[in-house]
Amino acid sequence: MKAFTYERAADVAAAVKAVAETPNARFLAGGTNLLDLMKLEIETPAHLVDVGRLPLSAIEPTADGGLRIGAMATNSQVAADATARARYPVLVEAIVSGGSAQLRNKATVGGNLLQRTRCAYFYDTAKPCNKRQPGSGCSAIGGLNRNAAIFGASEACIATHPSDMAVALTALGARVETLTTDGSSRTLAVADLHRLPGATPQVETELTPGELITSVVVPPPPPGGQIYRKARDRASYAGGLASVAVAGGQVVLGAVAHKPWTAAQAQAALAGGASHAEAAKAELAGAQDQGRNAFKITLVGRLIAAALDEAKQGRGA
Amino acid sequence: MKTTITVNGEARALDLDTRVTLLDALREHLGLKGSKKGCDHGQCGACTVLVNGVRINACLSLAVMHDGDEVTTIEGIGTEAALHPLQQAFLTQDAFQGGYCTPGQICSAVGMLQEAAQNWPSQATQDLTAAIALTDAEIRERMSGNICRCSAYPSRLAAIRDVAGEPA
Repeated sequence: MKAFTYERAADVAAAVKAVAETPNARFLAGGTNLLDLMKLEIETPAHLVDVGRLPLSAIEPTADGGLRIGAMATNSQVAADATARARYPVLVEAIVSGGSAQLRNKATVGGNLLQRTRCAYFYDTAKPCNKRQPGSGCSAIGGLNRNAAIFGASEACIATHPSDMAVALTALGARVETLTTDGSSRTLAVADLHRLPGATPQVETELTPGELITSVVVPPPPPGGQIYRKARDRASYAGGLASVAVAGGQVVLGAVAHKPWTAAQAQAALAGGASHAEAAKAELAGAQDQGRNAFKITLVGRLIAAALDEAKQGRGA
Repeated sequence: MKTTITVNGEARALDLDTRVTLLDALREHLGLKGSKKGCDHGQCGACTVLVNGVRINACLSLAVMHDGDEVTTIEGIGTEAALHPLQQAFLTQDAFQGGYCTPGQICSAVGMLQEAAQNWPSQATQDLTAAIALTDAEIRERMSGNICRCSAYPSRLAAIRDVAGEPA
């Protein structure tokens, strides 16, 4: 690990100011992803501003019947929240399908959204990776790309976003609230938080440098069933090969793109009266495999149809 | 950097490089070798300790993040003279072979039982709004963050089930 300096932020404004004013500074929350990447020297910050104890961990109802989740709430705290369990089962199911209990007890909501890809070449510092070292090339194209994207990839990057929680939050229409370095607050939809890789896969979100996610606001739950389904190599404690969240009319896919992938074609087909299998097929018309991940196209088709079937039966309603 | 962490009930003042993980602080600076370094990347669970009563991977946390925290390691769970019920159950059920993963397994199980008692759901939970019943499926799922290469999983399940006191 490269040497770095450390400070604990006294308040939210001071945290944003510290990161803005210190070269190569990063926010540190739970640390479960960032510290792992620092050990591997994939991340090499010169300064860490610890935001883990900022008073941003409350989970509370909003006036309109939604839920505001502080960005420093742990994944476990959200999954255990009585309102989340009763009204947002897709969110709870997504969270408890990610990582291990030990990781969920430490990892925060803000950090979960900003975790980085698990692409093997991003982790292998001996190999080119445009995300880790812009301009060096993509080793996953033509390489071991079983986990790669089937939607929205580019010639520069075929990595996927690993979050389960973000997939459910996107299906629920959640928004993040942030504080920017000029002191202003803003909100943006979780659906718009992450970017597709394009020519700049190292730029992963729409956040400006030094901008801090302070909370996630989930609107009132949509009518109908909610489902999160995840397919993976092990029954537990493994990243997804593909996942799907269904809530209301929303169908969102995980582990298949550089961001939670809103299945707009499937949603449109459903709205037009298509069967669940037809809706899946409509979405997959736009899928493109990379060779070793071709199985994901079949897998995603089955996941979408199965999740829609279950949601229609009212599970999670 | 100066940091004070209460470890097994005793305040310990440390002056550490910022890079020192909580695990290395416990093992190398405080001489508490019970917590083990397996993968050092949060994948195996051998380093599991309780921080303010909650189980985490000590390898994926910096010691300086824990100033003022209360940490419980396997050395604080029980003593030879007064074993924790989980330690006794692990002996009774022969729930280990190498023993390397065992401190993490026991600390993890202590945290897991508290989580279940507070009705924290898991991926194995069928009804998210009902009280948690610690079925075998629930115990297996909740302990999936602890890996054992000797594969003493069935006897460990039996040991935890004995202490949990729930129907199989």
